[in-house]
Amino acid sequence: MTHFLLHRFWQSALVLVVMSFAVYSLIGLMPGDPVDLLITADPKITPEDAARLLELYGLDQPIIERYGNWLSAALRGDFGYSRLYARPVMEVLGPAIANTVTLLGLSLGLALLIALPAGIAAAYRPYSRLDYSINMAAFAGISVPPFWLALMLIIGFAVILGVLPAGGIGSAGDGGIWDNARYLVLPVVSLTIASIGGHTRYMRASMIETLRQDYIRTARAMGAGEMRVVFGHALRNAMIPVVTIIALDFGSLFSGALITETIFAWPGMGRLIFDSIMGNDFNLALVALLLATVLTLIGNFLADIAYVWLDPRVSFREVEQ
Amino acid sequence: MTAATQTGEGMWTLTARRFVRHRLAVVSACGLLAMALAALSAPLVASLLGVDAESVDLFNRFQPASFGHPLGTDEIGRDVLIRLLYGGRISLFVGMTAALAAAVIGTIIGLAAGYFGGRTDAFLMRFTDGIISLPLLPLLIVLAALDLGKLGLPDELVVSENISLYRIVAIVALVGWTTVARLVRGSALALRERDFVRAAEAQGATALRIMAVHILPNLASPIIVATTLSVGNVILLESVLSFLGLGIQPPIPSWGNLLTNAQELIWHAPALAFYPGVMIFLTVIAFNFLGDGLQDALDPRATERRAVY
Repeated sequence: MTHFLLHRFWQSALVLVVMSFAVYSLIGLMPGDPVDLLITADPKITPEDAARLLELYGLDQPIIERYGNWLSAALRGDFGYSRLYARPVMEVLGPAIANTVTLLGLSLGLALLIALPAGIAAAYRPYSRLDYSINMAAFAGISVPPFWLALMLIIGFAVILGVLPAGGIGSAGDGGIWDNARYLVLPVVSLTIASIGGHTRYMRASMIETLRQDYIRTARAMGAGEMRVVFGHALRNAMIPVVTIIALDFGSLFSGALITETIFAWPGMGRLIFDSIMGNDFNLALVALLLATVLTLIGNFLADIAYVWLDPRVSFREVEQ
Repeated sequence: MTAATQTGEGMWTLTARRFVRHRLAVVSACGLLAMALAALSAPLVASLLGVDAESVDLFNRFQPASFGHPLGTDEIGRDVLIRLLYGGRISLFVGMTAALAAAVIGTIIGLAAGYFGGRTDAFLMRFTDGIISLPLLPLLIVLAALDLGKLGLPDELVVSENISLYRIVAIVALVGWTTVARLVRGSALALRERDFVRAAEAQGATALRIMAVHILPNLASPIIVATTLSVGNVILLESVLSFLGLGIQPPIPSWGNLLTNAQELIWHAPALAFYPGVMIFLTVIAFNFLGDGLQDALDPRATERRAVY
C-alpha cells in the first residue's frame, strides 16, 4: 500500500515536472515577450534599453536556465506576479479556485444524481423502450456543443424569459445567498448537461455487464427480490469501472468548466487560464495550467485508490502492473 | 469466418446485414452523405441564389428568411445559408482529416508498444498515460496560441490564409491519438502470441512486415469504430476552439467561428446563434450513431449477446 502510493506519487511528480517544462517552453513560443509588451506600451524605449531589460529579466539566457530559475523560485513558493492583475499569482488564483470548485462540485453532484439512476434503469431492461429513450438522451447530451448549449440557455432564460442573469457571479451591491444562487443556475445546468450523457452510458454498460454474471442468476434463483438483486448484489460491482471513469474524467470536466466559465463570465480557473493566455500573462498562465494538471493527476490517483477499495480482489500491486 | 463460409456468404455481406439492422446508424450515414453533398455543392447553391459567401450588404443586415436568403442574413448582410454550407466543408474536412491523422499516429504507437513489448511498451504507455492525464482544452488553447514563426516555420506558410486550417488539424491529431493507441496496443499484445504470427516469425519475416501484413488487418474493426467515433469529438473540439477565436480564422467560415459573433449579438439576433449549433449537433450525433452501428456490425459477439434479450 505505502509502496504503491509512493510509486504513484513519484510518477505523478515526474509527469508534473515534464509538463511544467513543456508548458514553460510553449509559453515562450507564444507571440511577444514581456519586453515586447513594454516596448508597445512605451515607444520611447531605445533598443539599448530593451537589451538591458532583456538581461535584467534574464530573458537572454537559454530556456533550460530560465526554467531552472523559475523552478527553484516556484519550489520556494514564489510564483511571480500576474501582469493582468498586478498582484502575486497565488493571490489571483485563490478566489478563482474556490469559484471553480463550487461550479464543478455542484454540477458533478447533480449530474451523478441524474445519470446513475438513469443508467441503472436503462440497464435493467436493455433494448426496451425506456432504455432506448435514455440512450437517445445520453447520445444527445454527448453530441451537443457545450458552448452552444450555454448560448441557447442564455437566449431562453435571459433574453426571452428574462428570469435569470446571462452571466457574472452576483449583482452589484447585493451579496445575498439567493442572488448568488440565481447566477449559479445557468452555468451549473449547462455544465451538468454536458457531462450527464457520458456518465449515463458508462453506468448502463457496466450494469448490463454485471447483471449478466452468474452470481446474479444465483441470487435470483435463491429468491432474492429484484430490488435486492440490483442494489444489494449488482450495484457495488457495477460501480467499480464507473467510479474509475468519473475520476479519470476530471480533466474533461475541467475543459467543460473553461467553456462554461468563459461564456457566463464566471471568474474561475478556466476563465483565468483563457484570459491569461490571451492576455500574455505568462506567470499566471503557467501556474494556472499546472494547477489544472495537478487537479487532473489527483483525479487519476483517486481513481486508482477507489478501484482497489471497491474491488478487494485487486491488490495495489496489480494496479501498478 | 467458418459460419460465413458454411452459409455461402462473405464476411462483408454479414457485416453489412448487421449494420443495416441498426436503423439509426443507417439514417445517420444517409444524413451525413446528404450533408457532405450539400457542403460540396455550396458554390452551386450560391450561384443559383445569386449571392456569394463573402459579399457584404450593409443595407440588408439581420434580414429574416426570404426567398433570396432562405435563412436570412447576418450582421454584415451575408447570406446565412451559404456561410453554413461553406462552414460545413471546413468542419467536416477538419473532423475527418484530424481523426484519420490521429488514428494513424495511434496505430503506429500502439503497434510498436504491443508488438515489441518490454521497455518499448512501458515507455510508450507511460507517455500515453501522461498525455491522457493532461487537461485537454487548456493545452489545446496554448498550442493554438503559439507563434508559428518562433517555431521556425517558413514565413510564407505562417502568413498563408489556410494556416489556421492546417494548424487545427495538426494540434488535434497531436493530442487525439491516445484512444486508438491503447486499443491497438491491447489487441496487438494478444495477437503476437498467436500461431500465425509465430509461423511468420519462424519464416523470417521482418517485424515491419509482421505488423503490417499479419497484425494490422486483424485490428481494422476497432480502429474503424474508434476513428468514426472520434470524428464527432474532433468536430466538437474544432468548434469550441474556433468559437473562442483560436481555431479556424475568419474570413474562412466554420461552424464554430460562425458562433463567435453570435454571443455579442444574442440580444439583437438570437436566430444567428441557432443554425451553426444545430449543424454541429446533428453532425456529431450522426457520427456517434454511425460509430455505434459499426461497432455492432463489426463486433458480432456484441450482437450475439444482444440476441439473448
